[in-house]
Amino acid sequence: MSSLSSARLRRSIALHLFLTPLALIWLFPLWMMVVFSTMPDNGIFSPGIELLPHGNFVDNFNNLQRDTNFVGAIGISVSVAVTYTFLSVLLTSMAGWALARYQFFGKGVVVGIIFGTITLPYAVVLIPQFIMVARDFQLANTWVALIVPPLFNSLGVLFMRQSFSMMPDDLFDAARVEGVKEWRIFLFVALPLARPMLAALAIILFLASWNNYLWPLLINSQPGSMTAPVALGTLIGLTKVSWGGIMAGAVMLTVPMLIVFVLLQRHFIAGIAAGAVK
Amino acid sequence: MRNRNATAYRFLAPYLLIFSVFWVWPIISSFMISFQATRTVPWRFAPGFNWGRLIGDPAFFNALKNTLLILVIQVPVMIALAMVMAVLLNSPLLKARGLYRFAFFAPVVVGEVAYSAVFRLMFSLDFGIVNKLLNSIGLPKIDWFSNVTPAMALIMIAVTWRWAGYNAIILLAGMQSIPEDVYEAATLDRVSKLKQFFHITLPLLKPVIVFCLVLSIIGTMQLFTEPFLITERGGPGGGTETLGLLLYRQGFRSLNFGYASAVAYTMAALAIAITLVQLWLTREKQ
Repeated sequence: MSSLSSARLRRSIALHLFLTPLALIWLFPLWMMVVFSTMPDNGIFSPGIELLPHGNFVDNFNNLQRDTNFVGAIGISVSVAVTYTFLSVLLTSMAGWALARYQFFGKGVVVGIIFGTITLPYAVVLIPQFIMVARDFQLANTWVALIVPPLFNSLGVLFMRQSFSMMPDDLFDAARVEGVKEWRIFLFVALPLARPMLAALAIILFLASWNNYLWPLLINSQPGSMTAPVALGTLIGLTKVSWGGIMAGAVMLTVPMLIVFVLLQRHFIAGIAAGAVK
Repeated sequence: MRNRNATAYRFLAPYLLIFSVFWVWPIISSFMISFQATRTVPWRFAPGFNWGRLIGDPAFFNALKNTLLILVIQVPVMIALAMVMAVLLNSPLLKARGLYRFAFFAPVVVGEVAYSAVFRLMFSLDFGIVNKLLNSIGLPKIDWFSNVTPAMALIMIAVTWRWAGYNAIILLAGMQSIPEDVYEAATLDRVSKLKQFFHITLPLLKPVIVFCLVLSIIGTMQLFTEPFLITERGGPGGGTETLGLLLYRQGFRSLNFGYASAVAYTMAALAIAITLVQLWLTREKQ
């Protein structure tokens, strides 16, 4: 047995010797983001190699706030992400419930259109969406423009349809026998049972909204209406700009999500593994 | 399941309304706009106007070439790397699994703008930490932003960093759904771990791998933020211009909606072709 366990030990050491450098390389950009955010600009642009954090985060943040109203932009991003997540979870779970639990006229067509178009690139709808929202509805630079169009996302519908169809029939039939209305069954029986799936979906949707860049860049381009990623993006590439400030902004966008990720890793991974995003 | 038209449509109505207005209609509308001359008011129907321009436009072919080049190199490298990550994270010999998972999965939550900014700073010519580290081990500096090849490599490195862990999550979930006893039987028959991987894991994982490939191809095909922010609007001199960037430039800088729609539909055609290949690859064998 000892030769077997020493072979196991050798394999285990080899595994860690390979995986540790790879993990460090993977963590390096995140680590450097934090380091840069704490360095003065003349430190970032100095010839030396600096790999440890300094104490300049607050100054950098003040520079960022001078270059763009980042706090205001964060406020918009948070409000939009929370509203979008709530509405999207509600709409997609209602639709998923209907597709999972009822037989109805036209069901095949609805499912067919959702499935058939799911791999079409988002780029295809970008221009008509923009023309509609900006020109026809005159809603550019409003919260509605940020929240409503992205609600078309159909991955949540498929995810919730899958979740509801795995629940046993008798559960709902028992309630029906007692004359409970369908919307009450949905709200008070089905949704509580689907709580883990709703959590996974909500996290993924929140993240998608928080990080969304292209649509907010196009539709909300006025300084006071920008989301945080868009506001930060306008600074990248400017000549007279504080890079320490940009990095402080990057940290403020990223670190809260990393904390959520660590705390709710199980839900995150469930959501991604189900292909609920992208 | 009972037949309940009214109830079903009451639950579906809010979503279907949004889905029709902001997805189904734009898909149709975009197709029609691509056949219109949109820089005159009112727009007029001119079937060959945009498509004719597209097939003779060197900027389009440059963007198409760059996009396909990134696809062909970056996607296979990333999926292979994700596979390595997933296999090793799944190993029972691994200690401190949580730390390794964090390292590889953390980029999944990082936004495109934040990581583009970091990569831009890390790879800058004179003050970038990457060139400083290359120098410190005796290698020459690389001018990542002024030459096309390093600039393309940088885009591919950035995208791979961001998405490898995402694919590893999906692959890992797929691996964990393979029943344990298949491996136990193979181990009893003294089949080596490597052979088990090639003869059990890979074939059973094929649908998941194909799913990852399709997701990645369609994602990379629309690549926009990285060449927009990291290599500064597709620089140097259009060297990292992608179809996504061309669409942005034509649609939202030049406000040429018709031409941009033709570019968008080129991407859609590629996506449809790739999806059909996927369906064919994962078809049920009768």
